[in-house]
Amino acid sequence: MTVKELAEKLELKILTQGELEKDVTGCYSGDLLSWVMSKAEPGDAWLTVMGNVNAVAVAVLTDCACIILTENAALDEQAKQKAELQGITFLQSGKNAYELSVAVSKLL
Amino acid sequence: MEETIKLHYVVPGDDFTRAGAASGDVKHTLKQLGVSPAVIRNVSIAMYEGEINMVIHAGGGEIDVEISEKDIKMTLADKGPGIANVELAMKEGYSTAPDNIRTLGFGAGMGLPNIKKYTDSFRIETQVGVGTTLFLSVNIA
Repeated sequence: MTVKELAEKLELKILTQGELEKDVTGCYSGDLLSWVMSKAEPGDAWLTVMGNVNAVAVAVLTDCACIILTENAALDEQAKQKAELQGITFLQSGKNAYELSVAVSKLL
Repeated sequence: MEETIKLHYVVPGDDFTRAGAASGDVKHTLKQLGVSPAVIRNVSIAMYEGEINMVIHAGGGEIDVEISEKDIKMTLADKGPGIANVELAMKEGYSTAPDNIRTLGFGAGMGLPNIKKYTDSFRIETQVGVGTTLFLSVNIA
């Protein structure tokens, strides 16, 4: 399933467009960046409330497929610019991490 | 890759927006050299944690990277406050990061443990009031 398909099926808002054709192969949920860095796998859809520049750096380092901001967490302007520069896709949903994890799991 | 590639970075203090620039650049370089994704991941994570530590605790620092056929060596040096108790700092979950840092998603107490976990060789030299230097290397293949 591609990032684009995932966004369509889960009705996620696309905040920044990276590689929308990238394959989503897993899912990881967490807000502590060191934790995410060491545990998230390449290809994961990463669920978090962290819409800051550091999240962009972590997404780049872990090669995750996309970041999904849960519960409509905000993406700050600086992070938006950096994400566009680095080709990171930010998606956004009103659902919480649990609801989204379950929904992603049903699709993969 | 016959020659050693040497890279040097200055990490500015108190600027989270630029933390990750050095590790991102090394990641890009290693990718171009055809280094395996697993090695790239280990190097990137160790370096990024190091950069973040420099920004949070030490007012910045300098990083030297040497890429050879055999391994990737990193030296991360700062003139920060030093670490009073290295054993405690190496413990997962122990952190001296202030609350405002935690709201950014850091301060999990995983920095140094992560650096050790993702490197094949790890040595720390630190002196209170003088600074901290990490000597790291990740083997290729």
